[in-house]
Amino acid sequence: MSQARKGRLKVYLGYAAGVGKTYRMLEEAQELRQKGVDIVIGYFEPHGRKETIVKTEGLETIPRRVLSYAGTQFEEMDTDAILRRKPAVAIVDEFAHTNVPGSERAKRWQDVHALLDAGIDVLTTMNVQHLESLNDQVWNATGVRVRETIPDWVVDEADEVVFVDLTPRALRNRLERGVVYSQEKAQRAMENFFTETNLTALREMAMRHTAHEVEERLEPGPALPPSSRKERILICLTSSPASAVLIRRGKRVADYLQADCLAIHVATTADGSEAVERHMSFARNLRIETNVIQSADVAGTIAGFARSRGVTQIYMGRSQPPPWWNRFAETIVQQVVRQARDMQITIVSERRR
Amino acid sequence: MSSRTDRRPDPEELLRRVQADERRERRGRLKVFLGYASRVGKSFRMFDEGRRRKERGQDVVVGALQSDITPEIRDIVCRFDIVPTISEQYAGRAYQTMDLSGIFRRHPEVCLIDGLAYDNPPGSRNPQRWQDVEELLRRGIAVITAVNIQHIREQQDAVERITGKRSPYSVPEDFLREAEEIEVVDAPPEALLGRTPGSADQSGVSSMPDSRRLAELRELALLLAADVVERQLQEYLDAHGVAARWGAQERILVCLTPRSNAGDMLRSGQRNALRFHGALLAVYVEQSGLSAEDQARLESHMALARELGAEVQCLKGDDFVQTILDFAREQRVTQLFIGHSLGDQRFRLSRSAVDRLIDAGEGFDIRLFPHVGAK
Repeated sequence: MSQARKGRLKVYLGYAAGVGKTYRMLEEAQELRQKGVDIVIGYFEPHGRKETIVKTEGLETIPRRVLSYAGTQFEEMDTDAILRRKPAVAIVDEFAHTNVPGSERAKRWQDVHALLDAGIDVLTTMNVQHLESLNDQVWNATGVRVRETIPDWVVDEADEVVFVDLTPRALRNRLERGVVYSQEKAQRAMENFFTETNLTALREMAMRHTAHEVEERLEPGPALPPSSRKERILICLTSSPASAVLIRRGKRVADYLQADCLAIHVATTADGSEAVERHMSFARNLRIETNVIQSADVAGTIAGFARSRGVTQIYMGRSQPPPWWNRFAETIVQQVVRQARDMQITIVSERRR
Repeated sequence: MSSRTDRRPDPEELLRRVQADERRERRGRLKVFLGYASRVGKSFRMFDEGRRRKERGQDVVVGALQSDITPEIRDIVCRFDIVPTISEQYAGRAYQTMDLSGIFRRHPEVCLIDGLAYDNPPGSRNPQRWQDVEELLRRGIAVITAVNIQHIREQQDAVERITGKRSPYSVPEDFLREAEEIEVVDAPPEALLGRTPGSADQSGVSSMPDSRRLAELRELALLLAADVVERQLQEYLDAHGVAARWGAQERILVCLTPRSNAGDMLRSGQRNALRFHGALLAVYVEQSGLSAEDQARLESHMALARELGAEVQCLKGDDFVQTILDFAREQRVTQLFIGHSLGDQRFRLSRSAVDRLIDAGEGFDIRLFPHVGAK
């Protein structure tokens, strides 16, 4: 009966460990507690930071669940216990966390969705580099390939995204004082990931992304630019590892242009490749409609499909150069370019550092 | 070929930099908290930072306070030495002027200044308070202050479009850009409108128009901060001779030719740039022997580009593709727009401009546009 209301999700977005996301979240939790709101800590990662730990005083904590995996004990959020306790608001640190294998859900954001579905409001924290669409950009700017990612739609669906800022200088000062990590670990961090340029680049991404999230939540109004017709983007997937970059890039542009996004793979043989299946499932996780068509004529099939679905833009990766014994042959890209001259075609190059 | 990519600065430039560095070393450091509305918590964050610095042993004083302060701020402020402002009457109006000589005599390490956007009475040492702050910095005193986006002079047109109001007080944007540190104080508009998550009231945002206006101001403040940060990063990379990187900002380059469908390309470029809050550039690579008709087309394309807000440049170079590639790299372009027509090949065995761009274009997307009236 009272199942109708979904919980509200609020994300505290930062750009690195130590900027104060958890602290800000707990500050809000304390305010809510003082106002008499029924609030619990579902998961909190203290990292040995005293100022932050102090902020949990007086808040009820739901004990973690202990799981064994490969002979080691792991602690995870006890989602079922929170659901049974059914508070009005739950605090869940580290939104991008991946649960240990054997957990009921693979990702913490999926646990959070279970809480929201039960009508529990959730406050959570994450860093901008965990956003799937920024993965290549983060790698380009910092040299780090982030493995734990969150599909953008999960964050887009949050009711609020709040940017937690701290200047890179202040963050590095915190590291030096040993507030964030132990002294030894801090020293290594400052030489590697926490350089002034890395932090500045990530911080700018977080600012721009929060601005984007704010804009997405605005009702369409005069502030938005005019668009002629609805754009529709088609991403052409292959077994090439570059397909991941292509998917992220095409989806990111589609999101910003508020365009539809589809993906197609033209299979020249009947037996599917494992790499293609992986790319298709990656695309589906980002909420891209996927299509597989079997045909010997790759370019013609892409052009025909694009026309039949009213596609305005085709996204392709660079083709492999033709083999030496046939080096004047047209590549797939060249064929599509020739056969779809009435459409916009975007060729995404792999990003290098 | 072009010497553009040569990043070694000339001796004059080096000298200028060294002098600027020296000035900077003697100058006090400036830190600004930027918020998008009053009540977002700028002043609290500023005083809280002052508190932490004092606890770490720095000599911190308050140089200016706003008249209405919250109880939380009062709790912090009472821990500091305060150099009281001087009350003055001018033309029947009460003014609170910062006591500059008092602060100089006291000479603290750090001075906290709330209410940065303030006009001093006529006849004061400086017309505006931010100029008082400049003096403190020149004397080697570090300043922490807070400012609201509605007071940034270059943003006031945009703010007025959103709110319909314009503050009479202002601080130049350069003051912000030259600060060593700027920190954004962000909070959801709901906090300012007095809603709490987890409360029983789920009737929606209390007042839609307010909430929309606040959201737009919030976006403006975040984008201004991102822009300040981006430029600081580029300056740092330039100064250290680090090659330009693919930035966080989308930068779209439209390549104009006489026969290209410039209207579609430029309008699409503009839409992309607006949606991404990115930059729109348009270039033309000079060609000799254009017919009068082509010359006229090209000029109308360039005029349209300027009208749509593109930064337009005319490039010189023998090799069309290489000239475009060099420019794109130097300008950290993320999307290159070009006409399908450049894919035309006179001979099957020669590679078209489009093929060469695709092969060599690293770090950016290439978007091909149809001809006018393509089937």
